[in-house]
Amino acid sequence: MTERSVDSDLVIVGGGGAGLRAAIAAAEADPGLRIALLSKVVPMRSHTVAAEGGAAGVARADDSLAGHFTDTVAGGDWLCDQDVVERFVAACPEEMVRLEQWGCPWSRQADGRPQVRFFGGMTTQRSWYAADKTGFHLLHTLFQTTLRYPGIERYDEYYCADLLVDDGEACGVLALEIASGEPVRFSAPAVILATGGAGRAYGQNTNAGIVTGEGMAMAYAHGVPLRDMEFVQWHPTTLPGSGILITEGCRGEGGVLTNREGRRYLQDYGLGPPEPWPRPKAMELGPRDWLSQAFWREDQAGRTVPTAQGAAVQLDLRQLGEARILERLPLITDVARRFAGVDPLHAPIPVRPAVHYTMGGIPTDAEGAAPLAGLFAAGECASTGIHGANRLGSNSLAELLVFGRAAGEAAARRAREAGRRRHARAAAQLAEAAARPALAMLRNERGERVAALRDALHATMERHVGIFRNQAGLEQACADLAELRERYRRGVRLDDRSRIYNTEWLSALELGHTLQVAEAMACSARARLESRGAHRRDDAYSERDDERFLVHTLAHARGEAAPALEHAPVTITRAAPQRRAYGAAAEAAGGEGA
Amino acid sequence: MAGERTITLEVQRFHPEADEAPYLQPYTIPFSEGTSVLEGLQHIKDRLDGSLTFRWSCRMAVCGSCGCMIDGEPALACRAFLRDYAPGPVRVAPLDHLPIRRDLVVDQSDFLAKLERARTYLIPADERTPADGAYRQTPEEMADYYDYAQCINCLLCYAACPQYGWDQAFTGPAVLALVQRYDLDSRDAGKDARRAVVNADTGVWGCTLVGYCSEVCPKGVDPARAINQRKPASVADYLLGWLRPSGGEGTP
Repeated sequence: MTERSVDSDLVIVGGGGAGLRAAIAAAEADPGLRIALLSKVVPMRSHTVAAEGGAAGVARADDSLAGHFTDTVAGGDWLCDQDVVERFVAACPEEMVRLEQWGCPWSRQADGRPQVRFFGGMTTQRSWYAADKTGFHLLHTLFQTTLRYPGIERYDEYYCADLLVDDGEACGVLALEIASGEPVRFSAPAVILATGGAGRAYGQNTNAGIVTGEGMAMAYAHGVPLRDMEFVQWHPTTLPGSGILITEGCRGEGGVLTNREGRRYLQDYGLGPPEPWPRPKAMELGPRDWLSQAFWREDQAGRTVPTAQGAAVQLDLRQLGEARILERLPLITDVARRFAGVDPLHAPIPVRPAVHYTMGGIPTDAEGAAPLAGLFAAGECASTGIHGANRLGSNSLAELLVFGRAAGEAAARRAREAGRRRHARAAAQLAEAAARPALAMLRNERGERVAALRDALHATMERHVGIFRNQAGLEQACADLAELRERYRRGVRLDDRSRIYNTEWLSALELGHTLQVAEAMACSARARLESRGAHRRDDAYSERDDERFLVHTLAHARGEAAPALEHAPVTITRAAPQRRAYGAAAEAAGGEGA
Repeated sequence: MAGERTITLEVQRFHPEADEAPYLQPYTIPFSEGTSVLEGLQHIKDRLDGSLTFRWSCRMAVCGSCGCMIDGEPALACRAFLRDYAPGPVRVAPLDHLPIRRDLVVDQSDFLAKLERARTYLIPADERTPADGAYRQTPEEMADYYDYAQCINCLLCYAACPQYGWDQAFTGPAVLALVQRYDLDSRDAGKDARRAVVNADTGVWGCTLVGYCSEVCPKGVDPARAINQRKPASVADYLLGWLRPSGGEGTP
């Protein structure tokens, strides 16, 4: 029997940017609501903290919402739901100003107005930034702002182990209080998942250790399909080995990428000419999918630079000068010095692509509602439809504000309308059933170490579901993942059988979820017989195929078996699919994203 | 692997249900030039002893999770490198002055409660809405508080602060720096609301000017400067309080 329980009007799982923004929105919409905010880390430790470069929102007189819309849709290789993109770009500027009014220290112009910078694939400067610590300042501003709202009750270091679903409605979650290891049932008529992405399915990634995909996996296991999971973003500039992020803001400020021969090689991949520089939507300010794919080709051609941690290219900031580097890129300077032993004032930083972002996730409408009554999702765990096949840099921080707020407001309405306690009796039974497998794991006498299974997962994903994929590799990945899930079911053996702060137990629970999300990624990729955005094949399907695949992928969980896949239409309102073009090709077409 | 360097980590262990007192456990692990102390701890947990317990997340010195004492100094485990402690052994212990929950995990709740009490959020003079547009704030005005806004809440300064070690009622370096961060922000009008926390015996006057907090801060926040910057205003509040019949309310 689960002894402890908390009855609320709204449960929010995840204390990163999306969860905090949702909590504030719900508390403002309805101050009487009792909002339980669960997070497996104290909110300011959430992975939003590591976002560096910026948050998109039209700010300049020479910019337009239509410009942000077109860049986003073209950047997403036309897989975006355009109705949602329209709402998104319209809501971004207000969210940036709201953050400002809550105290966010946006970088400023001399006259005191917020400053905006260039980002990849964006036609003009529209990324609001706080030096190169945008996510850090955004997260701390949101966290500190939540302290103003008494309706927001924080449950820090509670690990959400499962969703509670009764009669087709989400009615709460089962959590483990990490400090005690005790199960706690949280009941509410509305649940928002704001659990982040699943980048830790891969070995080399920019993500914090907590980004393990369990929110996606929980919804998936309860019948919510995962959408567009084959679209995983590689960030082109990260430190070899660790995958620590070196912001796109470096290039936005004028940094350049060179290969072993000192050539700005992106001019050879449809992004040139190199000069004048910096200029939007060209060269180093191309989209992330193209830049990561260009790295891969350079590496195949033997033109990368070998380092102790593998192949790299050179990110050179020196032409920016010391003052600009230290003012605009202080975190990167410290990170490069500390973690790479390179001083960017005097030498280029070795960089390579690493997994950065999960474009797919729990499908939602523009209000954040998932296809399960009472369930909402926001932030990276959600698939609102705005990123399509490739997210543009600085659209994700904007996303978690816009859709965190939307989900918070919609969930608050649902909470009021549905009322508390409808599922009280069922919830208690569901919670007990949900706790059982987690607790049983503590008693496993046999099995493999968490790290052994995790290493095998990483090897498969890196090798077969990488920047370039092909049918043979994806078949292998799907087979490997089915086998890994089976090995996981056969047993994970823990050294630690106690309850108090048992972080080995938590990582074993996380791994089960990550395996399931990884399988959805691989199987979704296998079913997409074309190349689009970040899903790029080097087999017979190396071109985009709008006839057959201008569609979303939906993966439906089938228990222990591989997911069932179907495809669903993409909403196109006003931008008919065109060929993506950057550099000279885009400039010839008038620079309007075509 | 042939020729691989090794080092011994002496890690402080404590399980509240099993141990009467903390003890040191040695683990010998391989390392290379770029191996952080955190990666050393992860190696132990993954390969040698899954029961070793510590917090970590971003591994790039911005989330503030992995603070601990490394050879007696407060540091972020992800930002300290084993090469700097070779040939070892290197001692890793939980942050000083904070209750130990298990192994390297300390109780952060006192800090979080103080943060809430201190009202470290923007309190505007008027209820501005997005329709009113962003505040203007020049880079010079930003510079007044900007360094204090860099605090990642890692608690290294609490482990460094002897005053906090003696008296946990002391509000402490990071919270006082964050109070100053908002008090100095041109957009903020909440100084009065935070005054009681600042002026109390447990506020700025609790600081005995050791300055070790600022030395250990991985983000250059300089809480000691924040606290001492504030003392003259606190004196003025005190004196004005004597002159006013109402006793210390209102803005000086």
